[in-house]
Amino acid sequence: MSDDIRVLTAELAADPRSLVFLELGEALRQAGRLEPAAKVVVQGLTRYPDLPEAHDLYARILADQGDLEGAFDEWDMTLRLDSTHPGAHKGLGFLFFKADDLHSALRHLQTAATHRPDDHQLAAVITRVRARMEQARAAEVTPRMDQPAASPAPAASSTPAPEPGSTSAAEAPAATPVNAPASRPGESPQNPLEDDGLLLVDAAGLRLLGSMKGAAGSDVADRVAAELAGVSREAGRAVRLLQLGEWQSLALEASGAHFFLVSPTPETMLLAIRDPGIPMARVALGAARALDAARRWLEQGS
Amino acid sequence: MSNHQKALESLTAIHGVRGAMIATGDDGIVVAEAVMEDVDGAALAALASSLTRRLEGAAAAASGGRPGFLHLQATGGALLVCPAGHGLLLVVIAERGVNVGRARLEMARVAETIT
Repeated sequence: MSDDIRVLTAELAADPRSLVFLELGEALRQAGRLEPAAKVVVQGLTRYPDLPEAHDLYARILADQGDLEGAFDEWDMTLRLDSTHPGAHKGLGFLFFKADDLHSALRHLQTAATHRPDDHQLAAVITRVRARMEQARAAEVTPRMDQPAASPAPAASSTPAPEPGSTSAAEAPAATPVNAPASRPGESPQNPLEDDGLLLVDAAGLRLLGSMKGAAGSDVADRVAAELAGVSREAGRAVRLLQLGEWQSLALEASGAHFFLVSPTPETMLLAIRDPGIPMARVALGAARALDAARRWLEQGS
Repeated sequence: MSNHQKALESLTAIHGVRGAMIATGDDGIVVAEAVMEDVDGAALAALASSLTRRLEGAAAAASGGRPGFLHLQATGGALLVCPAGHGLLLVVIAERGVNVGRARLEMARVAETIT
């Protein structure tokens, strides 16, 4: 046991409520002692369940252990507690990169980079992601809505996946085969718009695309779309009144479902509805993927 | 100081929260407010109420159950709305860097105390 770990362990034993568990967990992780690191952080989380740094650290430990699903959930929780957390954005960016969801990866990595302008590893990965996107565009792999979705590019393409840095926060997960977070239940692994529970509507509340089933299994998409008429306008008025800039998303947690709304264009809205057991941040990630697809679909004139 | 004002102060004490108010859910009338002077509280209450009712309609049409926490995210901040008892709404205006998780937890706690 290193001196640092011994000292930190003693400190934590003397004051179990201390936040030193974060330092100890990180030291254990960096020493490759992942099991004790996880125990320390999980114990800390029982005292501080709303501490974003603790969830971020636990996510990195899980990623090191190859539990990418678990890491996804913890970074997801981190963003629920702190939507600007750079470590969580970086971690999710790497996960999406490995899952070959380049648009989502770039969005998270760029968000992280705005908070960590001196992170050279991050800058390098963003460059790789952009290069991969250029390759993808050149190969015309972008699927159209009315065509069968193209298979995702294999993860082992000519551009290598980012390798973990030795000590950086939110380092890249180890090179474990990815159970892609973009393929979680309720999210389509290929074309994100081919998914029950996604609805694209126009400003007048008319369905443009998508389907939605009610409790009895009947199609309720047109009713839901009609109820959304005017929501974008009201959201815009509210943020203008408050001088908050442009509205970006609307999330509603209801007892039976999670609703997430984004606006692909000023005249349209995209609604994602998911089971309330799915964290809102994950619903938002799915909606973000569908947002890009919806924009492409609208640009192509359906 | 009324109980409502005390409740709102616990919300405005959160770093990044610019203001908070209690409004009626049906017609968007201000019950109590602690918002900055440059914010039209009456207009905000009306808009928050209207937005909430529209989304309630969508939730009902989708058999989504009883609406809870609502989070409108904008480039410069966020509007958070939480139902309280007696048909009231708790409304919070926040800056972009606010810890939404903490604000949400505090709103849920305050909502239970509003009578």
